[in-house]
Amino acid sequence: MNNAPSSVVSAKKLGLTFETSDGPVHALSNVDLTVNKGDFVSFIGPSGCGKTTFLRVIADLEKATAGEITVNGMTPEEARKSRSYGYVFQAPALYPWRTIEKNIALPLEIMGYSAADRKARIERTLDLVNLAGFGKKYPWQLSGGMQQRASIARALAFDADLLLMDEPFGALDEIVRDHLNEQLLKLWARTQKTICFVTHSIPEAVYLSTRIVVMSPRPGRVTDVIESTLPKERPLEIRETPEFLEIAHRVREGLRAGHSYEE
Amino acid sequence: MKPDSFRNRIVPVLTILVAIVAVWYVAAYFMNAPFQRDLDRRANVTSTTVEFIGKTMVQPKPILPAPHQVVGNVFENTFLRSVTSNRSLVYHAWVTLSSTVLGFTMGTLTGILIAVGIVHLKALDRSLMPWIIASQTVPILAVAPMVIVVLGAINITGLIPKALISTYLSFFPVAVGMVKGLRSPEIIQLDLMRTYYASGAQTFWKLRVPASIPFLFTSMKVAIAASLVGAIVGELPTGAVAGIGSKLLAAAYYSQTIDIWAALIAGSVLAALLVTIVGIIAKIVDRSMGGRPA
Amino acid sequence: MKRVLHSWQGAVALVLCLVALTSLPLMAEDAPSPFGTGAIVMVFLLVAGAALVSFTKLSQPLLATILFVAAHLAVWLLLAGITGNEGKATLAFFLLVAACWLLAWRCVTVLSHISPKSGAGDTFLRLLIPAIFGAWILILWEAATRGAGIPFIILPPPSSIGARLVSSVPILWADVQQTIFKAVLFGYVVGCASGFVVAILADRIAFLRRGLLPIGNMVSALPIIGVAPIMVMWFGFDWQSKAAVVIIMTFFPMLVNTVAGLGASGAMERDLMRSYASDYWQTLIKLRLPAAMPFIFNALKINSTLALIGAIVAEFFGTPIVGMGFRISTEIGRMNVDMVWAEIAVAALIGSVFYGVVALGERATTFWHPSNRGG
Repeated sequence: MNNAPSSVVSAKKLGLTFETSDGPVHALSNVDLTVNKGDFVSFIGPSGCGKTTFLRVIADLEKATAGEITVNGMTPEEARKSRSYGYVFQAPALYPWRTIEKNIALPLEIMGYSAADRKARIERTLDLVNLAGFGKKYPWQLSGGMQQRASIARALAFDADLLLMDEPFGALDEIVRDHLNEQLLKLWARTQKTICFVTHSIPEAVYLSTRIVVMSPRPGRVTDVIESTLPKERPLEIRETPEFLEIAHRVREGLRAGHSYEE
Repeated sequence: MKPDSFRNRIVPVLTILVAIVAVWYVAAYFMNAPFQRDLDRRANVTSTTVEFIGKTMVQPKPILPAPHQVVGNVFENTFLRSVTSNRSLVYHAWVTLSSTVLGFTMGTLTGILIAVGIVHLKALDRSLMPWIIASQTVPILAVAPMVIVVLGAINITGLIPKALISTYLSFFPVAVGMVKGLRSPEIIQLDLMRTYYASGAQTFWKLRVPASIPFLFTSMKVAIAASLVGAIVGELPTGAVAGIGSKLLAAAYYSQTIDIWAALIAGSVLAALLVTIVGIIAKIVDRSMGGRPA
Repeated sequence: MKRVLHSWQGAVALVLCLVALTSLPLMAEDAPSPFGTGAIVMVFLLVAGAALVSFTKLSQPLLATILFVAAHLAVWLLLAGITGNEGKATLAFFLLVAACWLLAWRCVTVLSHISPKSGAGDTFLRLLIPAIFGAWILILWEAATRGAGIPFIILPPPSSIGARLVSSVPILWADVQQTIFKAVLFGYVVGCASGFVVAILADRIAFLRRGLLPIGNMVSALPIIGVAPIMVMWFGFDWQSKAAVVIIMTFFPMLVNTVAGLGASGAMERDLMRSYASDYWQTLIKLRLPAAMPFIFNALKINSTLALIGAIVAEFFGTPIVGMGFRISTEIGRMNVDMVWAEIAVAALIGSVFYGVVALGERATTFWHPSNRGG
């Protein structure tokens, strides 16, 4: 029952090897993982552990070289062609020559939505990320945090059930990041989406996720999967509770076990 | 205009310009003085220093005409002559301008087309691109006289041969700039289009083309200046009858130095105008595409 | 079918072959020395064979080699056959040339998709592909001019330009000495050096920089070449006047680029020098000049082309009876087009060598710059 209706992403013995001039690099090896509908799954690990690569395999931006993976029960390529996920990159990647609302309209134009539909969706998604009223601004007129929110709005605009986020708040300062994390949780609760979230911050992963996937490098692999026991309702203060610290401790232990820092 | 931009930008430029004019006057005196002394000696005239300086500034064929002589000539030949007159600078400038603009337009279009081809066809990229880069090291203008004469031999004369030289000169910067521009989108932006399953045409029109616009204008500024030089040089051989280049050549032939300088000024004004126009269009387009005001 | 469509060049080449077969012979009836049957059969076999091979799934290097050999052997046979039959080529001849060209195109396409593992192989391909392209420009030029008998005055065939070049080496060499070794080199060195010195001055004196930079930027768009007649008048017909034009043309790009380059070092690096209490000249030599090197070399490259153009075009306004610009303008007047082309070929060669020397110098000096790293 690997393709049960509730599984959105399902990977079995997934591997990916890059051929480089210095010999093969095992970015991913033997990854077994299932992401269920409505999950908020974080991928955490040191650089080179393959967390971003895994996300890119789901998105069909990289091709796996071993094992299988299905997204919504399809191959990643079919999933991409049926536009079943929204992707948020490390940088906002907004087009500087388009206003915020035109940026959100970009995927809608490409996917052939009508003008009226586009307008309604732009309004709704701007609202979702608390950017109502900023639609006519150009990207450079917005702060870094607002730009990243706009890029999330862009990923939400065409109603894909799966949201892939690759260290979306990595470049922002901690205060802005806390604020956006809180908003992201609210957004997740409102939209019922499945979210795969790559990060290298332990508090961020613990605060956001229902499950935390700990990965380690050489070869890139999954070393631990931690189910969060935190309630769905999470104010920022939850990060000082013993329960939170306990999970964070487990994540840290997992990271340490999978990787020796002496090399 | 902000006062500090006036103090930091306009004043220095004006000062340097004034200095250039002053040096020009001094140079005019020293370069024209020997000939004037010669003249005076032959005519047995003795003049005071002031008179003598005055005379060096009004010679009909000075070695270096004084600025006011050149300005006077430009003014006279620009505003006081009928524009159809053979001596009118407006007429000559118009002749040069028309072949410049025609050549520039053809060159820009060719350059864009070639760039699109290079970006999309790997074989074209690897075989043609090295030649485009290499040909920029070749003194292309040296070909100009031959183009004019050869085309003249098969009865193509007038505007077209000159425009072809301009085309040739303006096509290179545009092609190179557009290849750069069409390739300027970052990997992350191309990945984004891929996650949308955008078609090649959609990626081209919605991402590559808008991203290349700033590059296009930058290279167009270079191209229009090159076009003008091409048109002027194209007018040099075979005794072309009209245009800034032919005016230069004719004036050089009859040693009418004031006319040479006037033609030079006319060409410079034309160049400045053309580059400014392209610059203004670039600014307008940039603004309409949400460019951050400088 | 898919493989045939994949190599559409091969398919079209086959069609062209068939059409050519129906419209034989290759030369008009009255051609003095028509093609031998053996040569004709050979050409057809080569072209059709290579076209068919291009549909197969041979390994890419092998396929490219077969296409390369077949296309060039066939076209060589065709070109060799023109001798004695200038202007007599028929439609069939040009169809076959076109078919060969398509095969070469296919060959280049195959080559472009090979990504060799070794660096040497990559360099080889990087040179081979444009070389094939350049060779085909010459081949098509040769076939068109001699096959169709285009008047010599309009476009001489490359072979006769080459012959002319070889037979006129002494004249060309004298022209090069006059124009390049005297006017260009002198003007280039003086122009670049003075541009550099003034840029350092402008860097020290902010007022001068603010005044000179906009003027320098403006001047680079002006048709400076127009000062040539004035310089000829001032400095005479010999190389000095050309050198003066070159100096004026190269001065401003050097000035503008150097000033821009001196501003290129990062604020943090400059603060570091400040924290060492280093004086102006120490900062200049240890930090800002190295950081400015890419800009300075950019100017040196631009100027290498400008210097050649300046010297050659200035010679159109009057020279002693030697010099590249002089030769071009007088030989074209006598309709010796092949000599003009030979002179242009020499100019192109010198331009490339000049540029190449500057580029080598750049690579040695600014190896640390991102544009020179890795690849």
